[in-house]
Amino acid sequence: MPRILDQPRYKCAMSAMQTVQGITGALPILHSGPGCADKLQGGNYGGSGHFAPRIFPCTNLTEKDVVFGGGERLRETIEHALKVINADMYVVLSSCSSEIIGDDMEEVVRSFQAGGKPVIFASTAGFKGNNLLGHEWVVQAIIEQYLQPAAQKSKGLVNIWASVPQYDPFWYGNLFELENLVAQLGLIPNTIFGYDRGIKNIDKIPAAELNLLVSPWVGLSNVKLLQEKFGTPYLHLPTLPIGSFETSKFLRAVAGFAGIDKQKVEDIITENERKYYYFIERFADVFLETRVMSKRFVVVADAQYSLAITKFLVNDVGLFPSKQYITDNTPPEYQEQIREEFKQLNYGITAEVSFLADGYLIQDEIKDTYFTGYPLIIGSYWEKKVAQKTQAHYLSVSWPVKERLVINSSYVGYGGGLKLLEDIYSVVLTRFN
Amino acid sequence: MTINLQVTSAGTRESRLGSITGYAGDLHDLVRQSKCGTLQEKDRCFSQSSSCDAGCALNQLASISDVAVINHAPSGCTAGASTTIVHYTQLAAKRGIEYNTVFLGTDMDEADTIFGATEGLRQIISETYNRYKPKAIFVGTSCVSGIIGEDVDSVVAELSPELPIPLVPVHCEGFKSRVWASGFDAADHAVLTGIVKPPQNKKPVINFKNFNESARNEIIRIFANFGVEPFFFYANSTVEELSRLSEALATVSICGTLGTYLGNGLEQEYGVPYVRTINPLGVAGFEIWLREIGRVIHKQEEVEAYIERERAFYLPKIEAVKKELKGLRAVLGMGASFAFQVSRVLQELGIEVVWVASWHYDTKYDDNELPPYLDYLVKDNPNNLKVSVSDQQNFEILNILNTYKPDIYLARHPGTTVWAIKQGIAALFLGDEYKTFGYRGTLDFANTILDTIRNRSFEKNLAARITLPYSDWWYQQDNATFLKAEAK
Repeated sequence: MPRILDQPRYKCAMSAMQTVQGITGALPILHSGPGCADKLQGGNYGGSGHFAPRIFPCTNLTEKDVVFGGGERLRETIEHALKVINADMYVVLSSCSSEIIGDDMEEVVRSFQAGGKPVIFASTAGFKGNNLLGHEWVVQAIIEQYLQPAAQKSKGLVNIWASVPQYDPFWYGNLFELENLVAQLGLIPNTIFGYDRGIKNIDKIPAAELNLLVSPWVGLSNVKLLQEKFGTPYLHLPTLPIGSFETSKFLRAVAGFAGIDKQKVEDIITENERKYYYFIERFADVFLETRVMSKRFVVVADAQYSLAITKFLVNDVGLFPSKQYITDNTPPEYQEQIREEFKQLNYGITAEVSFLADGYLIQDEIKDTYFTGYPLIIGSYWEKKVAQKTQAHYLSVSWPVKERLVINSSYVGYGGGLKLLEDIYSVVLTRFN
Repeated sequence: MTINLQVTSAGTRESRLGSITGYAGDLHDLVRQSKCGTLQEKDRCFSQSSSCDAGCALNQLASISDVAVINHAPSGCTAGASTTIVHYTQLAAKRGIEYNTVFLGTDMDEADTIFGATEGLRQIISETYNRYKPKAIFVGTSCVSGIIGEDVDSVVAELSPELPIPLVPVHCEGFKSRVWASGFDAADHAVLTGIVKPPQNKKPVINFKNFNESARNEIIRIFANFGVEPFFFYANSTVEELSRLSEALATVSICGTLGTYLGNGLEQEYGVPYVRTINPLGVAGFEIWLREIGRVIHKQEEVEAYIERERAFYLPKIEAVKKELKGLRAVLGMGASFAFQVSRVLQELGIEVVWVASWHYDTKYDDNELPPYLDYLVKDNPNNLKVSVSDQQNFEILNILNTYKPDIYLARHPGTTVWAIKQGIAALFLGDEYKTFGYRGTLDFANTILDTIRNRSFEKNLAARITLPYSDWWYQQDNATFLKAEAK
């Protein structure tokens, strides 16, 4: 059976235009048909930033270009983009059309290198891979074509790589909460996405003493490349820390890697956990005495949220995972390692994992799963229907997230765990107890 | 014959209607050149991302209840599926009905671009039928399937006998047309060739082509005065209902751009009259439109009685608001039909229209006549109007707004109004196609304009705290700087 894209849970590589857009001051230039940007922002809110899809320069390829080539059109588009739009960095992205017709975009982009503003190129043809790979390819282009080695490493500086901008609706909040956690340890966090980051932080990347990757697999190729190019070691933590258990683990891991005094870390953790459990204690009645809340849950999401939420709900909240579904087209080489992570749960609990993007098949299985009461389904918008059919408690967290607005909230850290409990119980409490 | 239903593709608006997306000048010149056949497309040597026909085509078809739309494309082209499904699920819920349409893709990858993907497409069509048992399946094409030469028509022709439902190709390769409205025609072509059947018996029904049917109940009540029922489509329509489009007394549309292909096609093939007047926006548009409907269905007296009654109620109220709107200046950016027709409504309300930006422009419609709203507007504008044709080229719009500094900017496409607001100009998103419909709509519209300009807190607060992305150099240029000489 060929891949049937039934209920899309990922987009194509050129959606990395959102990764570029996530970097303040960086502007995507699209060598594509007129409709690509319009389509690729689909399923997202929050697209009207300083730069937005409507103002991304685009060659708007026509039939004539497809027949005779679009290289010249790209050249004049870049040339005028540099004059019309103020940006710190211009990132040219290729599309299906421009790559199939064989335009030499690298050559065109190279001709702008002598100019004052950085212009770089990432090959992001839609048929080459999905948006998560496209994200990696944009970061790779920045590393390879823009970054220069630092004169010296900067003491305590840590680059943080995590959520994929805009595809993960909580990307902003999550990244900034990770920064806060790292800063608590006395390190200096550096991220390139979001408010007041951007090019000035990109410039700091080579000077970092450590690259911290918080992600099951996205970004791994990037931190490896950074190690190769600048000799910066990386720490790969596959689990986005949600709630007390994982966040404390996260702090210990980062501190251990950075060689921070053990007692200092334990003091920080103790204080954070005391505060976290102050709230858990106050609302324990809700968690224990809400009769409609079952102990079983299923997560249908990208690898990041499937893993992170499973760990939180098992290790912090005391629930049990049914089969978990990972829908982001995780490359096969990463799957085994991710499966292993789902076996590292308290009390020897393990979760079966399926790497499957076909919503129809997933929901068929969920319908046939025995949950002992109302299931808790955490997924994307697409799980809404199966949630209605199974009378589930339902929360959407993974793309596409529709019918809820996420501005800057986060599920990361101690506070993030409480936020996720708020969101889950705001659904659960609508039902007669 | 203008519309050819013997082929599988509607053709582009450029080829059928001489449509363009690049022009700067004025209304009189535009109309004169349209009539002489001298109007030429102008290329831009700088452009910003626009939209493509596939979005229009497939979203239109996906709004039909209980069908499957299969996009033969890489995953990015189907990224908006959730937005489409949410939109129409919510619209159906508003009416208390179910909507079970699915919108999926073939997820074309690199191997497909080398070896072809028609076999995969064939399997996905069969699998889609087996999963959902839809009432029809539409198979859309994309840039990739077009460039690598996928023979979607053959797959459809071979599979059709195996399926008990209509299986229809939709040709909407994104690079083929600069005019995304070509996608409306692609959808109509699919419906005319694959769904509509010859009439069995005529019914007292008027086909009503629209987007989101927000004035549904209002129009049902209006038409009841004349003994006819409206049938709204494509949103919330069924395949069975659409198969009987040929049995209606007439076809009308809320938008000239949206209605031309299907309206003219139904008239040409089945003799269903297409009401070609200016659209029912504003008082003049509504009355001219209603009178023509009355003539076509032989209910002139009932129409006149209705008009008299409604005028008595609404016109004094509209006159009162007009006093408060006097002296305001507006810039518009909308699709071709709405751009010019809303301009007409604004002028009716006494607002000065300082610039009309039309997202595209049709030199004629499928009946080979100049779009009727242009003739009307020319006669109504002895002093002419400044016009550009610009497929949402944001940098041109902001340049125009900066030059003319209107009191209000009105747009009808997502992602555009926000830029006027960032520049500190009050803006109104006219997403609802019925916002200026009839007497009621005209009054509502006038009141909304007043509300928009009287509390400018949002735009003032925002504009004061942000910088705009465009260079000072750009703001000093003419907005048409990048329009080159005629395209080949």
